[in-house]
Amino acid sequence: MNNGVTAYSDPAAARRGLPRRKLLDQLFVLVGLIVMLVCLLVLAVLFIDLVIEGAPRLGWDFFTNFASRRPERAGILAAWVGTTLIMIVTAVCAVPVGVGAAIYLEEYAPKNWFTAIIEINVTNLAGVPSIVYGLLALGLFVYQFDLGQSIAAAGLTLALLILPIVIVATREAIRSVPRSIREAAYGLGATRWEVTKDHVLPYSTGGILTGMILGLSRAIGETAPIITIGALSFIAFLPESPFQSEFPFISFGWLDDPFTAMPIQMFNWVSRPDPAFQANAAAAGAILLGMTLLMNGVAIWIRYRFRKKINW
Amino acid sequence: MSSIPSVAVTSAGALRYRKMRDRVIESLLLVSGLVAVFTTLAIVAVLLIESSAFFEHVSLREFLTGTMWTPLFADARYGILPLVAGTLTTTIVALLVAVPLGTTIAIYLSEFAPHRIRETVKPILELLGAVPTVVYGYFALTMVTPALQWLMPELPGFNMLSAGLVIGLMIVPYVSSVSEDAMRAVPRYMREGSYAMGATRLQTALRVVVPGAFSGLAAAFILGISRAVGETMVVAIAAGMQPNFTFDPREPAATITAYIVQVSLGDLPHGSIGYQSIFAAGLVLLFMTLVFNVIGFSLTRRFREAY
Repeated sequence: MNNGVTAYSDPAAARRGLPRRKLLDQLFVLVGLIVMLVCLLVLAVLFIDLVIEGAPRLGWDFFTNFASRRPERAGILAAWVGTTLIMIVTAVCAVPVGVGAAIYLEEYAPKNWFTAIIEINVTNLAGVPSIVYGLLALGLFVYQFDLGQSIAAAGLTLALLILPIVIVATREAIRSVPRSIREAAYGLGATRWEVTKDHVLPYSTGGILTGMILGLSRAIGETAPIITIGALSFIAFLPESPFQSEFPFISFGWLDDPFTAMPIQMFNWVSRPDPAFQANAAAAGAILLGMTLLMNGVAIWIRYRFRKKINW
Repeated sequence: MSSIPSVAVTSAGALRYRKMRDRVIESLLLVSGLVAVFTTLAIVAVLLIESSAFFEHVSLREFLTGTMWTPLFADARYGILPLVAGTLTTTIVALLVAVPLGTTIAIYLSEFAPHRIRETVKPILELLGAVPTVVYGYFALTMVTPALQWLMPELPGFNMLSAGLVIGLMIVPYVSSVSEDAMRAVPRYMREGSYAMGATRLQTALRVVVPGAFSGLAAAFILGISRAVGETMVVAIAAGMQPNFTFDPREPAATITAYIVQVSLGDLPHGSIGYQSIFAAGLVLLFMTLVFNVIGFSLTRRFREAY
């Protein structure tokens, strides 16, 4: 780096050992690149290994078969249906509450000790290990609220788990909307909610969507909390269908049903000594990892799109 | 005055309605905010209530100083130390990976990398932290352990070393992103002062930026520790689930989290002492992470206010 300035008392002093120091500079750039490449390589190796190991099992049957004692006939039907239903419950609970809390903190909350308590709580919850949420759910949802080991209990647990992610992302999105927009709306006589609903929220949609997807991508892979509430790993039936042929056509009976989920199924297969099950684990892992990467990719893309589109 | 929009001349009744609606919505939003507070209270309450039943059977002294953890055996012993030792050992191994790698990446991204590279690499790195932990567990068990066994033939199939290494990799993006934030918060004029004295970029990074961002780096490491302490699936899959009072990473051992998983996998009746013991273990875990989080967050606040 040529700064055009040298130590004025003795120009030679500043140049002392310059070639060696510059070499060290270049070496560090190399080290930095190598370290980053190693990390990215691990990610690549992980994904490729899962796909290669799981490839023989990745067929149509794998998605339409229930778990089985015979590895070559085992599939993930109950697992992916369970995961889908849990994610619906999680999204329906976490998104309105998370976005609501974020709007409150950014647009409504007065600056006082009470707001500070809510904020500290959100930061703290983000640092609580996921398995502790499992213990909370076991004590509260499963036994106190008597939800049992059901899809509803699992969905609520994961909703609490991703709540801080949704709140933090939404707050960031809301905060980036310039004050002038709000003041213009207030100036025309809009109430606080009208300002929020008609101006702040539309501008922060991108950020909120990103936070929602990142939260769900975290929830989809979470294993520990749903093991703790007692998810079963061997289920050979599906929960009650949400769509019924008779009036009222929609049923919520599935909320009460026992379940298994993708990460639970994978964990179950990983922990079996029989190597044939490892292929199943790899196949399930490839699907799980693929889902997570896809969701993260979509989130990055949305963030990028919205950042490009909005020019204040 | 005819150009005033119609909003301003609506009837008093409509205005009252809009104000009322605002107040209702505000209280709904407040309730959403309070969910976070209730969650924290509920976590603490559930853990305290369930473990108070546990501590009716087990003295606090045995719990904190006993070196045997066998709650599921006929001869049940309830010393948490083996689980704490397992947790600390995997955490230390993880830090030995995450701190050097994470800091190097952070220095590179904050001080050396061109804008384009930084913006491309950061989201990809974050993917490392987004991989489901059960997948990392599979990775540790089926790839890292065999690779380590090739280097150290006497290494058992379950060991804390492989689990710790993988957890370390997992928290690299976490450490690097907090560290990078801290280093970017160091003001430009400090770097320029250093360049003006003839320092190279590396010298500036190591002697001006890193010391300037010290509290932020410390926060990054401590938040990383808190992550590693709470990590569950990798250790449950790759480190074995047998409590083992040792600090040798080459041995199999259970962590606090692995014990909770192990009990949950079985079918312990609600209200039994085995069932209550996971809440006592959870309380210790929560306490450990809480301490690290509080230190970490107070350090991040400091680096954000320092300049």
